[in-house]
Amino acid sequence: MAGLEDLYREIILDHYRNPRNRGELEVPPATMTEGFNPLCGDEIQVYLQVTDGTISEVRIGGQGCSISQSSASMMSTAVVGKSIDEARDVLRQFKEMMSIHEHGLEGDDAAPADDRPGASGLGDLEALRGVVKFPVRIKCATLGWNTLDQALVLSEAGSPTE
Amino acid sequence: MDTEVSGKPPVGTFDVAALKAEFPLLQREVHGRPIVYLDSGATSQKPQAVLDAMDRYYAEINANVHRGAYHIAERATMAVESARASLARFLGAPSAEEVVFTKNATESINLVAHSWGRTNLAEGDVVLLTMLEHHANIVPWQQLAAERGVEVRWIPVDDQGRLDLANLDALLHGVRLLAVTAASNVTGALPPIRRLADAAHAVGATVLVDASQWVPHQPTDVTGWDADFVAVTGHKMLGPTGIGALWGRRELLDAMPPFLGGGSMIQNVTVDGFTPAEVPTRFEAGTQPIAEIVGWHAAIDVLDGLGMEAVAAHECDLTEYALRTLADRFGDDLAIHGPAGVVADGAVVRGGTLSLAYRDVHPHDLSQVLDQHGVCVRAGHHCAKPLMKVLGVNATARASLYLYNDESDVDALADALADAGDFFAS
Repeated sequence: MAGLEDLYREIILDHYRNPRNRGELEVPPATMTEGFNPLCGDEIQVYLQVTDGTISEVRIGGQGCSISQSSASMMSTAVVGKSIDEARDVLRQFKEMMSIHEHGLEGDDAAPADDRPGASGLGDLEALRGVVKFPVRIKCATLGWNTLDQALVLSEAGSPTE
Repeated sequence: MDTEVSGKPPVGTFDVAALKAEFPLLQREVHGRPIVYLDSGATSQKPQAVLDAMDRYYAEINANVHRGAYHIAERATMAVESARASLARFLGAPSAEEVVFTKNATESINLVAHSWGRTNLAEGDVVLLTMLEHHANIVPWQQLAAERGVEVRWIPVDDQGRLDLANLDALLHGVRLLAVTAASNVTGALPPIRRLADAAHAVGATVLVDASQWVPHQPTDVTGWDADFVAVTGHKMLGPTGIGALWGRRELLDAMPPFLGGGSMIQNVTVDGFTPAEVPTRFEAGTQPIAEIVGWHAAIDVLDGLGMEAVAAHECDLTEYALRTLADRFGDDLAIHGPAGVVADGAVVRGGTLSLAYRDVHPHDLSQVLDQHGVCVRAGHHCAKPLMKVLGVNATARASLYLYNDESDVDALADALADAGDFFAS
């Protein structure tokens, strides 16, 4: 049985209580992209400052549950300093980890194939792997990332250096 | 269909333990604990009698209705029509012919918006809604507003999540339709429907009542409300999903064009066109969900057996117990969006829908921890985003009580809340 400790890992609660890169950036030069979870009303704003093809600053606004907020916080630390292509690579890996189709949904057997830290190169983000056992919460965990996806498109469009 | 029902108990002697035993799902465990089902506002659980009635229908008389002249087709037709008559009586409707089967209350409201609305509303006409409405009683009117230039206006709510009727007369100016919920699915508030209907009729407006959250819990009298349309759904009142109804005044329904076209809803079809059938079949295109209608009938029989006065009295007592228990145990750590008391000025002003805000724990996280205790509550915006904005929240955790809940369920909720508080304490 998937227990609460599978969902609420300590590092997740830490990011929830002490969110990183919380705030806003001036738009422009930064871009702001907003995402909504229509099921629960959570909302998120992703502010991106892309300089010379590199994500130099990220800020996260909005409000939501511990999973959506901590996932966005961890996302901000994972992509800052990366190029847009590198950020897209992290995004792709994360969304693969969150895909129920990758793991199947056979009740409580939806255990990840490999949940050792560092197995996928996602680092701290691995802590969110347990969310897959709680399918309703996957949308919480991916809210920030789907918003980042749009933010990257917007940044690229507005960035002549790309 | 014959459905065995128990004798009607006198008000105040509600045997919840015996009642719970009639619901197979309430016997199961989740996460190793007995299930504590507190999400009947989303959908109710189903008693064995409803499951049996649907099984018996398929096993014994399954046939399409209003078509074959053979025995089982006649039995199936009678099952549908006796369900219609039973529902009409249950709602206090003058005639079974005024009851149209639909998929759910949402479809009932859409039927009125498409058929009555597109016939009777033009640019500049006002549809008056309330801030308590479910999206089902908002979006169809907004669609009409976008298509026809109809103005949508709103009755505000006060700080206890009740309608603020101080400016009702001014709000009613130019109104052609008042569409109002009889019971909020978020705050539990019970608006004064008769007073609103009288005020609306005084300016010549038509009145639609969304009774989805009322009919399962209180005796219903559409005539006493003096409503013009009433939308109801089966699955929140012990019946199956996929079946609801619209009650409408005969003269209004008679003047309305069909909503969906197809089989059953016609008198005649030629290559040049069609002549619609009389009501209610005019609005029942295609094969209806017959087994669901039969199951709903069985649900009404169960409610009749208990007596809606007794159901309402039980829920009133239980809601008072819940408000008292949660206040005693959590004090200022817990806020409940909605009327503070069950009774105000001699009238019942709230039902057993408790939208909770607990410390700074997000409703989604709260419901997740409650789930580990087997406690089922809904987290989210409850399809009432305009109201959530007024309440100043994006979401709430909602516990909604029903006839099969008792004080032990409320106590289990309180225990689980205490555990959630510990879990998220930083």
